[in-house]
Amino acid sequence: MSEQQWPLWEVFIRSKQGLDHKHAGSLHAADAQMAIENARDVYTRRMEGVSIWVVESKYVHASNPDDSSSFYDPANDKVYRHPTFYDLPDELKHM
Amino acid sequence: MSHSTRIDYTLHLADNALILGHRNSEWTGHGPILEQDIALSNIALDLIGQARNFYQYAARLLNETGGSAGTSGEVTEDALAYLRDAWDFKNCLLAEQAGGDWARTILRQFFISAYQFFLYEELQQSRDSELAAISEKSLKEVSYHLRWSSEWVIRLGDGTAESHTRMKKALDDCWKFTGELFLPAGYEKQLAKEGIAPDLTLLQEKWDARVREVFEEAQLSVPDTEGKRAASPAEKGSVSVVEKTGSAAGKSTWMQTGGKEGRHTEQLGYVLAEMQFLQRAYPGCEW
Repeated sequence: MSEQQWPLWEVFIRSKQGLDHKHAGSLHAADAQMAIENARDVYTRRMEGVSIWVVESKYVHASNPDDSSSFYDPANDKVYRHPTFYDLPDELKHM
Repeated sequence: MSHSTRIDYTLHLADNALILGHRNSEWTGHGPILEQDIALSNIALDLIGQARNFYQYAARLLNETGGSAGTSGEVTEDALAYLRDAWDFKNCLLAEQAGGDWARTILRQFFISAYQFFLYEELQQSRDSELAAISEKSLKEVSYHLRWSSEWVIRLGDGTAESHTRMKKALDDCWKFTGELFLPAGYEKQLAKEGIAPDLTLLQEKWDARVREVFEEAQLSVPDTEGKRAASPAEKGSVSVVEKTGSAAGKSTWMQTGGKEGRHTEQLGYVLAEMQFLQRAYPGCEW
């Protein structure tokens, strides 16, 4: 292997038609085509998927863990944001 | 219908897959990068899976006719893989050649995958329904092997100066073994007449076209293409002799043959020594 590392890619796999793509992990590849093939070899060997997305990791923007108090804590005491105050008719089974 | 030619042919198909599969498995844990280590190991497993299907069929035919193919007792797929000697193996010489560097491994895979691709495509129409079924199943895998190896040939051939040089070296090492792929052994000729095996001349045309297509993109030239290759001073001393323009699988380049009939290079001995050691040393051992 050369000193230069291949770029890192994030892999998303759709396990069944109709479901959404889920993050499966990451891998190294020289280009997008190779990333998809590597993902096929690394993550779908046991019939895990029917569709693959790859995104070069540098294009993923992540939230900063330091922001967690301002990002998430304010949601703590707002129970009314959850639709739990409705009286549901008994006929409704799947809510 | 003679069973023995059909057994020979089935063993030939099985041996090609097993020996190349084993050669590829030598890279497991040694690949240039984790993802490609896994990719090549996957291909090895695919090939060994194909070999199993063919061996199971050959074992059934052998048990029906009381043949042994060089093994003793009831013939099983394992006996065919682990208990035959080099002269019983009918794989093409290219499959048994050492992987060398990544370039040679890739090129060996590409040549054989292209061959298997067109072979299995034709074999799907074989009058032997078992061979047709195994081929249909294997074709899906081989399509991927061909795609994977083609891209690597292009990536290395049209890559850096170093990768290009290594591809050319690999080509010099491998080319002389490609002629054998299309030179029918006795059992292939016989079965082609019976509509069980495909006509290798037709296969060769398709293989040639595919190799040229990929090589063009990879900035590599087919060794017997007149002018281009012969004109390059760097090519002096190459193994292949360049004379006239001919078919890609070289009528003008000297070709090494014999594997299909059990006459192998010394390379097969090393493969078998490692592959068969456990069953030879501890017969019937399971784990």
